[in-house]
Order: sequence, then C-alpha cells, then structure tokens
Amino acid sequence: MASEHSPLAQFEIKRLVEWNVGGLDVSFTNASLFMVIAIAAITLFLTWSMRGRAMVPGRMQSMAEISYEFIANMIKDNVGSDGRKYFPFIFTLFMFVLFCNLLGMIPYTFTVTSQIIVTFALAALVFVGVTVIGIVRHGFKFLTFFVPSGVPVVLLVILVPIEVISYFVRPISLSVRLFANMLAGHTLLKVFGGFVVSLGIYLGWLPLGFIVVLTGLEFLVAFLQAYVFAILSCLYLNDALHLHH
Amino acid sequence: MPQLNIADFPPQLVWLAISFVILYILMAKLAIPGISEVLESRQNRISSDLEEAKRLSEDADKAKADYEEALAEARAKAHGIVSELKASMAKEQDASKAELDAKLAKKAQAAEASILKAKESALSHVREIAADTAKSAVGKLVAFDVSDKDVEAAVASSMKGDA
Repeated sequence: MASEHSPLAQFEIKRLVEWNVGGLDVSFTNASLFMVIAIAAITLFLTWSMRGRAMVPGRMQSMAEISYEFIANMIKDNVGSDGRKYFPFIFTLFMFVLFCNLLGMIPYTFTVTSQIIVTFALAALVFVGVTVIGIVRHGFKFLTFFVPSGVPVVLLVILVPIEVISYFVRPISLSVRLFANMLAGHTLLKVFGGFVVSLGIYLGWLPLGFIVVLTGLEFLVAFLQAYVFAILSCLYLNDALHLHH
Repeated sequence: MPQLNIADFPPQLVWLAISFVILYILMAKLAIPGISEVLESRQNRISSDLEEAKRLSEDADKAKADYEEALAEARAKAHGIVSELKASMAKEQDASKAELDAKLAKKAQAAEASILKAKESALSHVREIAADTAKSAVGKLVAFDVSDKDVEAAVASSMKGDA
C-alpha cells in the first residue's frame, strides 16, 4: 500500500512555504494554514454574528452569545468569581480547540488537534500557567496541595508521591486525551473509507453506513473534547487558586 | 506515526504560538468586549423594563385606591344630600299642614260665629213678628187698639211661659 493511501497519511506535515530563521525551522505548513484558518474563522464568527448588536439575537448572534455564556458559566461554576480574569484565556483555548476539531471534520482538511505536539503545547501552557498562578498566589503554601489533610503521617509517605505524580501527569493526560480522540476518529474514518472502495458496489454500503454514523459521533467528540479540555483547565485553575481537594 | 517526527515540531510550535497569541488578543480586545457589551445592555434593558413595569403597576394601584376613595366620598355626599332633602321636605310639609289646620280652624270658628249671629237675629225677629201678629190679631178680634207696649209685654210673658 502506497503511503498516500495509508490511514495515517492525513496526519503528515507538509511544508507549504519553506522558511528558516536562524537555524529554526519556521516553515508555513499545512498545520500552520489550518491554525490561521481557525483563528480567522473564530474571529469572523464572533464579530460578524455580533455586528447587529441586536437586543433580540438572531441565530448567529445566539450562537456567539451561547459560546460566551457557556464558558462564562463554566468558570463561574468551577472556579468562582476570582476566575473571571482568566475568562479570555479559557475562552480562547476552548474556541481554538473546538474550531480545529470542527474544521478537521471537513473532507480534505488538516486536523491541527490530531498533532500530539500541538495538544501537548496547549496542555503544557495550561499546566505551567496554573502552577505559576498557584505559586504566585500562595508561595510555599502551594506545596500543601500535595499533602492531603486529615490523613495519618504513615499514609502520607505513600500519598504525597502519588499526589505529586498525578499532578505532573496532568499535562500528559490532558494532551493525550484530545490527541488520541482526534487520531482514532480520523483514522477510523479513513480505514472504513478504504473498505468502501475495496468491498465495491455490493458490500461497500455497509462500511459507508458505518462512516455516516461515525461522522455524527465525531462531531459529538469534536464538541466534547473541546469541552473536556476547557473544563479540566478550569478545574486545574480552581485547584491553583483555592488549593482544596 | 507522522505525529512523532521531531523535525516537524518546531514549525508547529512556532505557528501555534503565533496563532494562539493573535487569537488571544483578538478575543480579549475585540470579540469578548463586543459580546459582553450586548449581553450587559440587554440585562440592563430587562432590569429597567422590569422596574418600569413595577412603577406602572404601583401607579395603577394608587389610582385605583384614589378612585375608590373618591367613590366612597361621593357616596357619602349623596347620602347626606338625600337625607338633608328628606328632612327639609318633611319640615316643609309639617309647616304647610299646620298652616292649613290653622286656616280651617279659623274658618270653622267664623262659620260658627255667623251661625250664632243668624240664630240670634232670627230669634229677635220672632219676637217682633209675634208682637205684630198678636197686635193685629187682637185688633181684628176685639177692634181694640192695643198699645205696642202691652202687646210686647204679653208676648214676652207668653214666651216666658213657653220657655
């Protein structure tokens, strides 16, 4: 099987414009293109839909307002009132992941969030940011986050390493969850697409039907994973701000 | 897996950083203020409308209370006028009745007086007529002229005897 027809070929990075700055490869790739398309689409969606500034919103304006209120309520419920100033960051993160996921659902596009380096960079940004916020806010008291309260000292010997490990695993679990969901969904679609062709006109309908169902599921996953990414970021932020378990 | 090709990492990280920072700025400076402004103005509009509705309903309640008060006052006034009118009419009636009674009593009295007078005059005439008749009768019977004085005395004595 040629590499062009491999189910994983869709994840290959192609350099559209080769560019090297001081030994650093900053080529404009297909991934870069879809990042730019995503931010343009988000900005257009949120400004064009709100251009009427209607008292009674239309369909597009409602969608923009629902996106805003969805994240605003998520922060209010999971972080509290002192999470308000992190709203632009969580909102940006959610919209970016959501639009990258959804753009990937259009045939022949590139799914930015199916790249482990991208999801890991986003997760690491959240992890480092949240840790810095925790340390700046609580100083050395931040270390008490790893010591569960009301536990015998003997158990702490076991529990503290577990807490530390679970804390440092966060960026990995956060990034791998999104990456694996996107990778699996898109690979599966491609594999079953290959079955449609190889089974031909008589039996090809079965995998085709499966693809239709799977596409619906993938749209759900696109929303769900963006939601999970945002809400976990909120929960981590809440831990850093309030230090309670 | 193409995702694990380390040579592809730098351009992706660079462009992710560029895109994410630009998106953050666009969201924080452009999109979010736009949406929150609309949501806020709607919230303000709703609360001001609610306030206005509350104020109007209070006004309506007040107007109703005023109306009821005015109605009660008017009723009381009407009642007063009716009872006053009734009292004055009764008084007038009593006065006119008394006047009528007095008039009738006076008329009755006058009538009685005139009857008495008529009776008296009739009685006095009876004596004269009796005297005349007696005189002419005596004259005719005995062809004797009797003096008036004697006749009258005789009549008076006979009437006395009758009485």
